[in-house]
Amino acid sequence: MEFLRPGSWEEALAAKAEHPEAVPLAGGTDVMVEINFDRRRPDHLLDLNRIGDLYEWETGEDEVRLGASVPYARIMEELRAELPGLALAAHTVGSPQIRNRGSVGGNLGAASPAGDSHPPLLAAGAQVEAESVRGTRLIPAEEFYTGVKRNALAPDELIRAVRIARADGPQQFSKVGTRNAMVIAVCAFSLALHPRSRTVRTGIGSAAPTPVRARAAEDFLAAALEEGGCWESGRPVPPSAARRFAELAAGACNPIDDVRGSARYRRHAVAVMARRTLGWTWDAYRSGGRDSRCA
Amino acid sequence: MSTAHTPAGLARTAHGGVGESAPRPDGTLKVTGEFAYASDLWHEDMLWGFTLRSPHAHARIISADVSGALATPGVYAVLTHDDLPAATRYGLEIQDTPVLADGVVRYHGEPVALVAADHPETARRAAARIRITYEELPVVGDEESATAPGAPLLHPARDDHHAAHVPHPNIVHRQPVVRGDVAAARARADVVVSGDYEVGMQDQAFLGPESGLAVPAGDGGVDLFIATQWLHADLRQIAPVLGLPEDKVRMTLSGVGGAFGGREDLSMQAHACLLALRTGRPVKMVYNRFESFFGHVHRHPARLHYEHGASSDGRLLFVKARIVLDGGAYASSSPAVVGNAASLAVGPYVVGDVDVEALALYTNNPPCGAMRGFGAVQACFAYEAQMDRLAERLGLDPVEFRQRNAMEQGAVMPTGQVVDAPAPVAELLRRVKARPLPPERPWDTAGGAPDVRALPGGLSNTTHGEGVVRGVGYAVGIKNVGFSEGFDDYSTARVRLEAVAGQPVATVHTAMAEVGQGGVTVHAQIARTELGVTRVVLQPADTRVGSAGSTSASRQTYVTGGAVRHACQEVRERVLALGRARFGAHHPAWERAVLVLEGGKVATEAGEVLAALADVLEDEVIDVEREWRHRPTEPFDLRTGQGNGHVQYSFAAHRAVVDVDTGLGLVKVVELACAQDVGKAVNPLAVTGQIQGGTVQGLGLAVMEEIVVAADGRVRNPSFTDYLIPTILDTPAIPVDILELADEHAPYGLRGAGEAPTLSATPAVVAAIRAATGIALARVPVRPEHLTGT
Amino acid sequence: MRVNFTVNGRPQQADDVWEGESLLYVLRERLGLPGSKNACEQGECGSCTVRLDGLPVCACLVAAGQAEGREVVTVEGLAEHARRRAAGAGTPPEPAGTSLDEARRWTAAPDGTRAAALSPVQQAFVDAGAVQCGFCTPGLLVAADELIERNPEPSDADIREALSGNLCRCTGYETILDAVRLAAARAGEAGPR
Repeated sequence: MEFLRPGSWEEALAAKAEHPEAVPLAGGTDVMVEINFDRRRPDHLLDLNRIGDLYEWETGEDEVRLGASVPYARIMEELRAELPGLALAAHTVGSPQIRNRGSVGGNLGAASPAGDSHPPLLAAGAQVEAESVRGTRLIPAEEFYTGVKRNALAPDELIRAVRIARADGPQQFSKVGTRNAMVIAVCAFSLALHPRSRTVRTGIGSAAPTPVRARAAEDFLAAALEEGGCWESGRPVPPSAARRFAELAAGACNPIDDVRGSARYRRHAVAVMARRTLGWTWDAYRSGGRDSRCA
Repeated sequence: MSTAHTPAGLARTAHGGVGESAPRPDGTLKVTGEFAYASDLWHEDMLWGFTLRSPHAHARIISADVSGALATPGVYAVLTHDDLPAATRYGLEIQDTPVLADGVVRYHGEPVALVAADHPETARRAAARIRITYEELPVVGDEESATAPGAPLLHPARDDHHAAHVPHPNIVHRQPVVRGDVAAARARADVVVSGDYEVGMQDQAFLGPESGLAVPAGDGGVDLFIATQWLHADLRQIAPVLGLPEDKVRMTLSGVGGAFGGREDLSMQAHACLLALRTGRPVKMVYNRFESFFGHVHRHPARLHYEHGASSDGRLLFVKARIVLDGGAYASSSPAVVGNAASLAVGPYVVGDVDVEALALYTNNPPCGAMRGFGAVQACFAYEAQMDRLAERLGLDPVEFRQRNAMEQGAVMPTGQVVDAPAPVAELLRRVKARPLPPERPWDTAGGAPDVRALPGGLSNTTHGEGVVRGVGYAVGIKNVGFSEGFDDYSTARVRLEAVAGQPVATVHTAMAEVGQGGVTVHAQIARTELGVTRVVLQPADTRVGSAGSTSASRQTYVTGGAVRHACQEVRERVLALGRARFGAHHPAWERAVLVLEGGKVATEAGEVLAALADVLEDEVIDVEREWRHRPTEPFDLRTGQGNGHVQYSFAAHRAVVDVDTGLGLVKVVELACAQDVGKAVNPLAVTGQIQGGTVQGLGLAVMEEIVVAADGRVRNPSFTDYLIPTILDTPAIPVDILELADEHAPYGLRGAGEAPTLSATPAVVAAIRAATGIALARVPVRPEHLTGT
Repeated sequence: MRVNFTVNGRPQQADDVWEGESLLYVLRERLGLPGSKNACEQGECGSCTVRLDGLPVCACLVAAGQAEGREVVTVEGLAEHARRRAAGAGTPPEPAGTSLDEARRWTAAPDGTRAAALSPVQQAFVDAGAVQCGFCTPGLLVAADELIERNPEPSDADIREALSGNLCRCTGYETILDAVRLAAARAGEAGPR
């Protein structure tokens, strides 16, 4: 095994080009577990800790360009206004210690269906900024997840940043785990209201081979809100519409039975979370707040 | 007795005696990081041992090729079954466990080969080069498959002492307890309730992994520094495996990071010694968390069938029960677990007519043995569920119904044993019930937004109060203390008294395994109280002194504490004799008065100081080693279960308050109040910690902890990612109410305390969830699926 | 490979480090600082919690090579860390921690007589009965000390959240809460730092 320690982003890209099998190592919260338990023995580890750019973010008018290695702790503390869904999700990741190291870039690189940041990225609208010595490309989050623990990165590419749309309305994130802290998602759900475009977007984690959006649910809800004039009036979402939204969200799942939960339960829980997060976000929208986080 | 009072006029200087919350003697080392746990040990030229384990639950080993491993640079030894020098099997009670797989593997994770290398990674890489060819065999996984006609026999040639009386060779041990006439009682009963219950496989999940360091010695022997629960039981099993006499295997306890039963059996002890003797180099073995799940026995999962009958005025008339425990591939302590399950199956209640059968199976599941609560946990979950159902059927308050049937001192157990010490079952229930209930809706904040940390789901933000309902539940349990069924359960203590620099110093040496429970604190307290000295030195636990028995069965304060006290009393007699010889002529009180040792002085009971201990001792060293035994017990009759099988009984009651998110099936335990009779709180702070810790292990079994074993016998969640134990956000406030009703048979009147709270916490939490949801819940751990019908 | 970093204020160098080795292994097995504990090696228990450039992290999930040039504080350096904090930032860093020889000399004989200077949170853990087997204690101490540094008057919910990454199997956590409350209260009595 060789330990590569690039001092700059350019060096990192060059190293990845030279050793496409090299495993990028940032917070270590996934990769080191696999090494400690002898599940992975890559020829090269590519340490990204020395690349300061990856720990920074820029807040633009419409989006946040979030460096791939910005730890969850900083997202939950400093980006609550811009990225409320992701900030809520960041707060549920592992433990305080893990949140000091783990990052969205790492979550994307691992592409586990249970990664906590995927649902809010899908719901907010995000693009993964992938770069190699050949150049940069933007991959929409929807297209990024290609299978269980597989993603759309080319072998020589690294994740430089994630460009996430700034919240233009309330966002929520819920995650079911059988413990009150330090738990991997049995399933997770994120919802973002986009009043500007009068759309809603969703993200579901751990209930299909990849993180997914519940597009039928989104379309249904957007139509129902439009039809009822809800965006203007702030009228409550009719219970029947909320129910249907929840059903459609559950319908977007393609879960499995595993040691963490049954497929049936996952579908059920996604429906419950969809209904509840709709209630919370819509209440927040009605009361004029764009930020519906709690605690 | 000189124990509890200070003579008038004599300043009390021996602080930290019995009854005080003396601080731990190892506390400072533990908070500075200097306390040396077994996994911290280091030795010049040390090698690392690694275990290759079976990927199958049941398979024949066709061939083993270790040449690739041996050829790996940095590898010093590779051992398989063929390399074993002497005995090839060991076991706590039945020698059925192969040191290394003997041609057949019987559970997933069974040790097959050992490697010693100069770096853990080298050892892992070498182990990966060992080629084992397996032929998979059919898996025995439950009672049906274990006892079916033609079932594969786990141990076809068994000749242990239980073999002759079990109904099937795949049953390790079976114990009926029969008393009275259940059929007649059933005919009289106004209400009969029956139910089937299930308890999942719980893990001790101690935090310090299995580890130790074996150092070969010049005399051909070996020194083993080890984290264990019982040095001498290890020694008895290891020496034959090494082909060495016991005096050539010297064992010293190193720091133990928790045990809870999981270190009662051997793990890497013999393996490290074998590698050390083979290589002539010190060998350290440390399991990682993954391996730890395969490296120790677990709590027996159980299926229980219960039938209870009661009269319309709320009197229990009969209990019929069948308890089937899955012992896994090897016996471990299954026979004793069966004895407990059978004899405690009815709980702390008076029932005239009882018909109980408990048995443990041999299967290809992971071996199960000791865990805190030892056979009494599974039964308590079932009988307490039954008690709630009966109360409901009778229209009685569940606490009132329990109190009507609660045993008290003088009650007769289903085994015929008379409970001859306080048994304040009704009082414990009264106390937890009388406590004010915690406030509703703890998540409400002044600011409006709920504090999700106080809601089911916690930080995961799954509810802001939607679907959350509260429930309250009660349970009480009974646990035996000490080893039962005629076992010669003794402890040894050596106590030395001498004057050092003009001050009396007591030295206490036992082989007791301090696993975190605070036995070392208690020993120092006893020596201070008995000898009236301030300074007590505790020797490391090792095999240079006689056995202290196991740190299990809630027995160490009772039995080894008893031995320390007994040795101290002998020391006291000798020092007084010395004083009489030296000073008796000068003062008549030496001969006539009742003398006490207090504040480093010999004094009369009236408070007159006769001499300083240091002056009595001068250069004399008083050194006493004594064994001490509690009252003998007797085996249970194999057909009827009758017999005075237990030494002492211990009782705890819990009230659980839970908030349940009925939409998602998530549970937040809000409060888990406990009342327990400890006889005498030798160290109130420490015993409170024991009660709270035991309570949380019970909580874990109630709502999250289970080793999931697939139908093919493979463990599916051997990690802290998927075997969940409670975090600080899962645990509630745990108010503890301690009763001290002395048991006159026990030292200081104390009652073993470590296990009882583990029993009743589980059924109390589940009762509270039932109360909140109205769902029957016959299995623990309760999963969200059970609460949502999915 | 070779790794240079600072541990408890003292420059350290580790040689022949295997590339897959964790910071935890290097601390424990190469630098003779076994105070950080190896309970799960998967970031699920917090027993190996150390401060890496000030932040509590699981040492088991930091590759040793990633510690190059960084500052690490372990439980062995906690008392010194607290002393320096109490004295204000201007104090020159004193070498802290257990020396190689000291740490390798293991003592199974807890004699209770060793007079050690403890940090307030360490003393509170001893006083409140928050230590049983003690295997979780070093990680909890590092996490709790950082909490009180950041939030001198934590609510119970704050304490629970800050310590939610540290598993304890012995205590049921009640005495740990007591200890952190006690340490915070004592710090409050002693006046602002």
